[in-house]
Amino acid sequence: MSLTLIQTDRFTLSEAERQAIEQEKQHFEDPRAVSIEALKIVQQQRGWVPDGACEAIGALLGIPASDVEGVATFYSQIFRVPVGRHILRVCDSMTCFIAGHETLLVRLRDQLGIEPGQTSADGRFTLLPVCCLGNCDKAPTLMIDDDTYGNVSADALARLLEAYP
Amino acid sequence: MKLASLGPANRVPRAEDTHPLTWRLREDGEPVWLDEYRRTNGYQALRKALDELTPAATVQAVKDSGLKGRGGAGFPTGVKWSLMPADDTRNIRYLLCNADEMEPNTWKDRLLMEQLPHLLVEGMLISAHALRAGRGYIFLRGEYVDAARILNRALAEARDAGLLGRNILGSGFDFELFVHTGAGRYICGEETALINSLEGRRANPRAKPPFPASVGAWGRPTCVNNVETLCNVPAIILHGVDWYRSLARSGSDDMGTKLMGFSGRVRTPGLWELPFGISARELLETHAGGMRDGHKLKCWQPGGAGTGFLLPEHLDAAMHAGGIAAVGTRMGTGLALAVDASVSMVSLLRNMEEFFARESCGWCTPCRDGLPWSVKILRALEQGQGTPEDLQVLGELVEFLGPGKTFCAHAPGAVEPLGSALKYFRDEFEAGIAPSARARVGLAQT
Repeated sequence: MSLTLIQTDRFTLSEAERQAIEQEKQHFEDPRAVSIEALKIVQQQRGWVPDGACEAIGALLGIPASDVEGVATFYSQIFRVPVGRHILRVCDSMTCFIAGHETLLVRLRDQLGIEPGQTSADGRFTLLPVCCLGNCDKAPTLMIDDDTYGNVSADALARLLEAYP
Repeated sequence: MKLASLGPANRVPRAEDTHPLTWRLREDGEPVWLDEYRRTNGYQALRKALDELTPAATVQAVKDSGLKGRGGAGFPTGVKWSLMPADDTRNIRYLLCNADEMEPNTWKDRLLMEQLPHLLVEGMLISAHALRAGRGYIFLRGEYVDAARILNRALAEARDAGLLGRNILGSGFDFELFVHTGAGRYICGEETALINSLEGRRANPRAKPPFPASVGAWGRPTCVNNVETLCNVPAIILHGVDWYRSLARSGSDDMGTKLMGFSGRVRTPGLWELPFGISARELLETHAGGMRDGHKLKCWQPGGAGTGFLLPEHLDAAMHAGGIAAVGTRMGTGLALAVDASVSMVSLLRNMEEFFARESCGWCTPCRDGLPWSVKILRALEQGQGTPEDLQVLGELVEFLGPGKTFCAHAPGAVEPLGSALKYFRDEFEAGIAPSARARVGLAQT
């Protein structure tokens, strides 16, 4: 991990990233509006947002790198450290609480050895808390990458994880 | 994979004149695409607005309809619209759709966007025409990946059919519409925080006034409306104000229908389009099937985390703003939550305040510092480690974080359920006081 962090000093946006950001700029009257989308574009390619990306995005949008950094650290779905191959988001709304989401968290701790905010030792899963996923008639609910699952029992969860190697 | 929003709303009998929002839903839960939407009178209201109505007439119709915001605050939509400047020289204006659905226990806008994308697009087109806005954004939470895909396809269909872009349907009206996906944080749903986020800034709320209608996105006149609110507009225009005002039950101060739901340990958790003014009991017993066997209702919340808890004896309250206000809280989003007797109120409030504390943007002190304080106390009480002073401090926090004392409505929303839980279930909080502390102040041991 320390090696990855050192490499961020030499960060350059790829041509594809640069083009995607330029494309987004056309949708807004001010380039700053693209800062969040630009961070998402970088994250989509690399899995997370290294320090150098904030400087590169700031330069491309004509805004200070510190502003991009301020945005990057505000939004919960922008990752400022490397994450696992799959993002596991367990809804922790009160509805899922009543439906027993904490038993899912206990199962994940037992099976993967991680608490919310942590990445499994094998780099497979990062577990994150998430605001109500809007699937409350099927609580408890969770997302694995872009897939949403409802009525998830602790046993079903173990089987679900198998589909994400 | 089936869309997450497929549910009871797809299966109940519906008709165009009684279910203006959901009558087009397919039984298989697949999105209603452009051809099918047009076959079922889709974009007829837009045609009518463009051909027959001036922008002012549309604003007046929405005002007369009694439509109020469906995002939880319930501000009259027509009044909000009429705050936009009449001055034609301020010709760059924005219409923003608040699709940042993150209120705990709220799953209604997901249904509309996943299954009826063109209803939202048509609602935004008519609204933009009325507000003379040339550009709109749908501010969608990042986790709604299916809704993003479906809305973008619907926008492409609409562009190809001449329903978006320049000179829409030959009327001379131009409108561009984009989907903007967020990157997390509940506070983005606050309308001025949403504007900051859209501009690429941290989502701290802005001071009001000036209101977005005069100084909004990039300093331009801006109107922010919720998904469900905008989806009401086509039917109001197509079928008229008198029809719309006949939908709600008599006595209701809200007009039209509402996506209402019940979740928790009820027999059939779900979402239904129902007339304003039905009783919460009807919602729970007739539609959600009552409590599951072996579970007893302890209390319920009428519409999201920011609304207060009510007791079973309040179930006869009518589901409209005045009906719920009469029993001491707000209707909020109208998606109710049943709390059954097995749930500890201290643990439930600990879960809720953990959410509100985590999602505070940190801009103002009472919210940033007060909410984590409440979490600390609730955790102590949950573990039986509380002190008698803890209950007093919780009561003070309810006071100091209440309406008017913070920058936005986040903290007042956070303490509304806490205040009502302290009012109705004080004994459960007192039971969390540590035995040594109980002895010190002469409380009976539990």
